[in-house]
Amino acid sequence: MQENKKLKVNIMKKIAVIVSAICMLAAPFASFAANPAQDLKDFKGYFTDRFPDVPLQDFTNGVYSVDKASREQWESFEEFAPYEIAIDKGETLFNTAFKNGKTYASCFPNAKKGMTQNYPYFDQKRNEVITVELAINECRTSNGEKPLKYKKGPIAHLSAYLSYQSRGAKGNVKIVDTPESMQWYEQGKKHFYAKRGQLNMSCADCHYYNAGNKIRADILSPALGHTSHFPVYRNKWAGMGTLHRRYGGCNKQVRAKPFKAQSKEYRALEYFHTYMSNGLVLNGPGVRK
Amino acid sequence: MNNKRRSFIKSSAAAGAFGVAVGAGLIAPRAVLAAWPKAAFEAKEVNAAVQGAFGSSAMAESSDITLKAPEIAENGAVVPITVTSKIPNTESISLLISENPTPLTATFHLGSNTEGFVSTRVKMSKTSDVVAVVKSGDKLFSTKLTVKVTIGGCGG
Amino acid sequence: MAKSSIKVRAKVKKGTTTVKALISHAMETGMRKNKKTGKNFPAHFIQEVTCSHNGTNVMTADWGTAISKNPYLSFKFNGAKSGDTLKVSWVDNKGESDSAEAKIK
Repeated sequence: MQENKKLKVNIMKKIAVIVSAICMLAAPFASFAANPAQDLKDFKGYFTDRFPDVPLQDFTNGVYSVDKASREQWESFEEFAPYEIAIDKGETLFNTAFKNGKTYASCFPNAKKGMTQNYPYFDQKRNEVITVELAINECRTSNGEKPLKYKKGPIAHLSAYLSYQSRGAKGNVKIVDTPESMQWYEQGKKHFYAKRGQLNMSCADCHYYNAGNKIRADILSPALGHTSHFPVYRNKWAGMGTLHRRYGGCNKQVRAKPFKAQSKEYRALEYFHTYMSNGLVLNGPGVRK
Repeated sequence: MNNKRRSFIKSSAAAGAFGVAVGAGLIAPRAVLAAWPKAAFEAKEVNAAVQGAFGSSAMAESSDITLKAPEIAENGAVVPITVTSKIPNTESISLLISENPTPLTATFHLGSNTEGFVSTRVKMSKTSDVVAVVKSGDKLFSTKLTVKVTIGGCGG
Repeated sequence: MAKSSIKVRAKVKKGTTTVKALISHAMETGMRKNKKTGKNFPAHFIQEVTCSHNGTNVMTADWGTAISKNPYLSFKFNGAKSGDTLKVSWVDNKGESDSAEAKIK
């Protein structure tokens, strides 16, 4: 069983240059192995070794897979989950035609069967990683509608509906073996392991090296299974939020300037981050603290 | 003791007639039931709130009331609470949170065929006792638990 | 026509019906500050919830501001059977109200 140790936070007194994180990304390619399949295998292996009592598929329940007390509270929320309100709103939005008569279904013919397991995907023609939220807005703008804001509100409701339709499907992000696609993957991987902010911490510091340990009174969730339940109803937000909303919040928590939702940085991170949970069964949308 | 509300629910005949009228929208709920107990909800202490709601703050500790709440709330804004009462003729179950600015959180008035069971989610401003009060006839019974509310590390 | 703010699920088993309801409501306490204006968001919360079975009240609740946002409620009662109607309604401090019906499964 995992012992809970207090994570010692080394608060840097010096004024951290916010740009330092960005400089890290601009540095010449370091010695990262260009082998996503091996990375995925190692990632899963690390977490299954670290938490031998947790079945692989349970990692999609995040911190609740490693902590009994909070799992009980979460299960009581799941009895009638607050995200159900968002799913209903999303369904109504999805089925409402645009001014030009077309509907979201014309952009997403597979939505009702489940499509989010294939996101994000790399669009080779455009050299862009396409996320669900980005695709939603591109569907809107190509049909003469205004784009939605990316972190909460209608975009999160639509995303919740789409995520719900994909519940039960296995994560199936494809890292295409081209230099352009690999560049996105590597950028995302670097972001995950790079230290940033005044607290000089990386995603990995908390969610990889200290997964299961405590930071004050919170237990750090393992990064394996992280993305499977998004978008998420956070009790803290008292509402739904997208993955990029959470990325921004996490960056702010280590006192790093957040990137914009759907920026290249966050889409690259999402590409790597979601791929690292491939094969795990999607269980979105979720409810978390 | 404020018995006005009870009589509408307890007597099945009366409840039937009024219930149908309410259901048909002929009588607005407020006209049938007692007005919202403002003084009780605005009281700043548990005993004052119970006094305001029931006309008395004399409560007997009872092990026949089971209060289920987390030891440490994951998030003080949404704390799941379940109360089960085995006390015969449980007419109402109230929830109070002693350290909240106004402790009285809710009172559930139960019909004669309704079980002594309620579950809901409450806001707690800090570590506090959660008190469940059961009314049966002219008596009040209670039990309590301490629920801790902490400061998270991930930005609260 | 706007959808109801109330989602109800009611299941009967061995004569006892378990009712679960999830309501979409801000449950604003009146003590939360609007960072942009510096003033508090005004109190806006459900004060009364009524549940009736085939027209008879089985549970009524008085609520204060400490019930969580997007409130959840569950209770159990006897004497209903599959196919009966359950109605849940609420009234808030602004006098707004809503209701929803569900068939007991």
